[in-house]
Amino acid sequence: MPDPTSKQLTGWAAIRKGRQRRPGEWLVERGIFLVSLSAIVVIFLIFAFVGNKAWPVLIGQTDSSRAFKAIPVEDMAKHTPKELQAYLGVTEKEWNEMDETARRTLMEVKVEEAKENPTDKDAGLDTTTWRHLLWPHQWTGYDKPEYIWQPVSPISKYNIVPLIIGSLKATLVALLFSVPFGLGAAIFVSQLAGPRLKEWLKPGIEMLAGIPSVVLGFFALIVMATLCQKLLGYESRLNAFVAGLALGLAIIPVVFSIAEDALTSVPRSFTQAALALGSSKWQAAWQIVLPAALPGVFAAVVLGFGRAIGETMIVLMASGNASIVSWNLFDSTRTMTATIAAELAETVVDGHHYRILFLIGALLFVVTFVSNLVADVVIHRLKSRLEGKA
Amino acid sequence: MQNGPPARGRHFRAEKFDVASFFFSGLTGLATFLILAMLAVILANIVYHGWPAFSWRFITAGTEKDMFDVNKAGVLPMILGTTARVIIMTIFVIPVGVITAIYLSEYARPGSLATRVIRGAINNLAGVPSIVFGLFGLGFFIAFVGGGLDTLFGNASPKWGKPALIWASLTLAVMTLPVVIVATEEALRAIAPGLREASLAMGATKLQTVIQIVLPQALPGILTGGILAVSRAAGEVAPILFTGAAYYMATLPKSLSDQFMDLGYHVFVLSTQSPDIERTRPILYATVLVLLLLTFALNLVAILVRARVRRRMRAAH
Amino acid sequence: MIMKTTFSKLALLVTVGGLAATAHAGTITVKGSDTLVILAQKWAEVYMKKNPDVKIQVTGGGSGTGFAALQNKTTDICDASRKIKGAEIANCVKAFGRRPTEYRVAMDGLTVFVHADNPVKELTLMQLEEIFTGKIKNWKEVGGPDAKISVFSRENSSGTYEFFKEKVLKGRDFTASAKTMQGTAAVIQGVAKEKNSIGYGGAAYAHGVKSLAVKFDESSPAIAPTEETVVKMTYPIWRYLYCYIDPALDKGEVHTYLRWLMSDEGQALVKDIGYFPLPKHLRQ
Repeated sequence: MPDPTSKQLTGWAAIRKGRQRRPGEWLVERGIFLVSLSAIVVIFLIFAFVGNKAWPVLIGQTDSSRAFKAIPVEDMAKHTPKELQAYLGVTEKEWNEMDETARRTLMEVKVEEAKENPTDKDAGLDTTTWRHLLWPHQWTGYDKPEYIWQPVSPISKYNIVPLIIGSLKATLVALLFSVPFGLGAAIFVSQLAGPRLKEWLKPGIEMLAGIPSVVLGFFALIVMATLCQKLLGYESRLNAFVAGLALGLAIIPVVFSIAEDALTSVPRSFTQAALALGSSKWQAAWQIVLPAALPGVFAAVVLGFGRAIGETMIVLMASGNASIVSWNLFDSTRTMTATIAAELAETVVDGHHYRILFLIGALLFVVTFVSNLVADVVIHRLKSRLEGKA
Repeated sequence: MQNGPPARGRHFRAEKFDVASFFFSGLTGLATFLILAMLAVILANIVYHGWPAFSWRFITAGTEKDMFDVNKAGVLPMILGTTARVIIMTIFVIPVGVITAIYLSEYARPGSLATRVIRGAINNLAGVPSIVFGLFGLGFFIAFVGGGLDTLFGNASPKWGKPALIWASLTLAVMTLPVVIVATEEALRAIAPGLREASLAMGATKLQTVIQIVLPQALPGILTGGILAVSRAAGEVAPILFTGAAYYMATLPKSLSDQFMDLGYHVFVLSTQSPDIERTRPILYATVLVLLLLTFALNLVAILVRARVRRRMRAAH
Repeated sequence: MIMKTTFSKLALLVTVGGLAATAHAGTITVKGSDTLVILAQKWAEVYMKKNPDVKIQVTGGGSGTGFAALQNKTTDICDASRKIKGAEIANCVKAFGRRPTEYRVAMDGLTVFVHADNPVKELTLMQLEEIFTGKIKNWKEVGGPDAKISVFSRENSSGTYEFFKEKVLKGRDFTASAKTMQGTAAVIQGVAKEKNSIGYGGAAYAHGVKSLAVKFDESSPAIAPTEETVVKMTYPIWRYLYCYIDPALDKGEVHTYLRWLMSDEGQALVKDIGYFPLPKHLRQ
């Protein structure tokens, strides 16, 4: 039976639609659609599984307090199994699987643990609350309230402010370095260079993106750090500045390709009109093409920011990783990404340190998600506007 | 022109030689040149210092002798580990990436909500920090999938619920998905619309057209996507830190559930954890050189193939 | 049992498919501290040469990773550069009902390094504590030049970090401005290239920097970290390196292997790697 709609479809429309599907093809095409949803699924899964581990911290279900009263082993009989299970932190199933010796050993271990507990005023403090994550606190042994990241300590101190500042510092240097270079190169390649030169320059700059970040980190650590220290004479060899420079090298290709793409998408007629009116190539590029493509340049900076703040190996190797609260670019600095990379392997799975590192990861995810989204929307609008004008 | 009425707003002077224009054009040219110069310096430095220790023995010897001894250490286990993880990754990422690209370029209606959300997700995925992929691999693949498999098989001790080659590969597959999608889509778009129309006009169904006409044409593009994904993944360290890379292994991985040594991670280990950094510097540089050669060779191939695809696209439209 | 046969078939399939898991008879798995991994590998190599039917598989990952593997039963022996913590013992007890057996297998002296041009030769434990916690900020306070002290430390995931913190800092926090490095090599490199810096690490690593002599207090003699002073425990900052094992597994091949580690032959290898052998009376 012929398709009832085929009468209305003539010419291109009929051809585009193709013949009636064969049986089974519908299923395959549905399958194609479902697979194409993979990116959405993955984004969702990342959100769910990174967020899931961080969630208890967010809603205040973790407790890092180290003050508890030890129950002497002899008093075991005085307590109900339920109480003991809660005290020892074992499930009922685990409890039932243990023999008497195991239970006693566990009690002994708990007593030993209690002896190691700190006794100062901060001992009973839950340091995983928002207050301690974000605001300074005067810890025992410190002269004034401070932002402290010292997760492995009798009392774990989880203030993430030094890490946020560290990440921002390194990112700032990276942007200050890479935006002028990336943008300059983008203007040159897209507007000023001849087509032959362009064919060489573009892949050349793209090659920079091909250098793995661990190699840039290595280069920063072994070569750049020493060189910069000799040239600038600052004190600590590994710092936000060196890390930022190396980070800048990593994001120059990002800034370059987004900006170049935006500049190229400005219709040739703009430039041609300007040139016809007697402007120089540079004037056309600077006063006509660049303003038209400005949102794209903005998107390039935003994407560069997202890339820089999420980069790990470079800052891990070259930043010195000291968790100081200081805006001095020549101080060592500890970033959020490097902290996760350096600390996660040794944390107790599902412990508070582990969860807080996941929280930092979730924070990074949100920050990059937002910056990607902003850049995406901006580029999309720019393109549709330019295409509309053209 | 000079005697024309004064232009309002932005106006252009039409001088024969404009100092400012020359200066600023020069500046952008300089920026371009400096970027390339920095690239050249980095590469030259690595080749210069890496060359002496780079030998056939170095790339074919294992680490069983001594991983930090300049005269004995080799990087074969790392080369194999990195190769294994990228190959396994491609097995997963290419089909999913290619099918997604087919949907986007052949089936999706350009303005529809579904298309926009899919594109948004792909762009977003491309920007997720690599370390977050590492966390994701740990939370999803190792703890959830791996832990689930262990429960399912009733393993007393975790076989799958721990860092392993397969989990590192899958994490990287997720990470490189956008690379494959974008490259494949570009290749699909480069195919002349006439080809599709001819096929449809001959009475082929849409799916037949896609499989028999469009895909074979797009093969170089798909290949580029795969190569780009591989070269991106080969150098990545952050996502595999917790999902599979080992500091040291005496034997090669034999199963998907084994850990592995990795070139990029080894560069990190050598530059921060060797017993004597000055003495191990030659092997450090040589290892970096091997890693760079690997990623650059792949990149170069991808760039060349892509340039051809682009030229063809220009010719087609 | 259907489940069981299905499972064994599956297992067979997996084995035939070349996806076999590691553990089979005669294989000893060792996992843990990266500090110990080279030594463990050396031991394994020599032992395997002597006993060709035994296979020993060594993996690093860090002491904590080793303990996690111990309680998961994914390793026979756990190498550690620090003592096991209460929570980790508790996890082990939960997993196999007993405390893990602790073997001391070697000694290590933690050396304090300064730049080669630094005139300071010795420091007391108290001075070290104050330098690393940030109380003393200038070299002139400990008899050096008038220059700010730049402190190098290790990542908090390392056993060395925890040991130094406990032994020298008495549990107090490192100064926030301490640069934390991923390995002792990076500390050494940092110290070698920064004039006013100080750092710490295994004695075996000290190349291109100056090792300081350490005094218990003002009145005691300054002692340099050498094999003799560490083994006699006169040098203040020394530690044991450990192997932990589930007591139920401490038999047969594994037991023989652990015994051998503490034999003269095993201990002789310790020195090759740069750590110090246990004194005779401590070899359990």
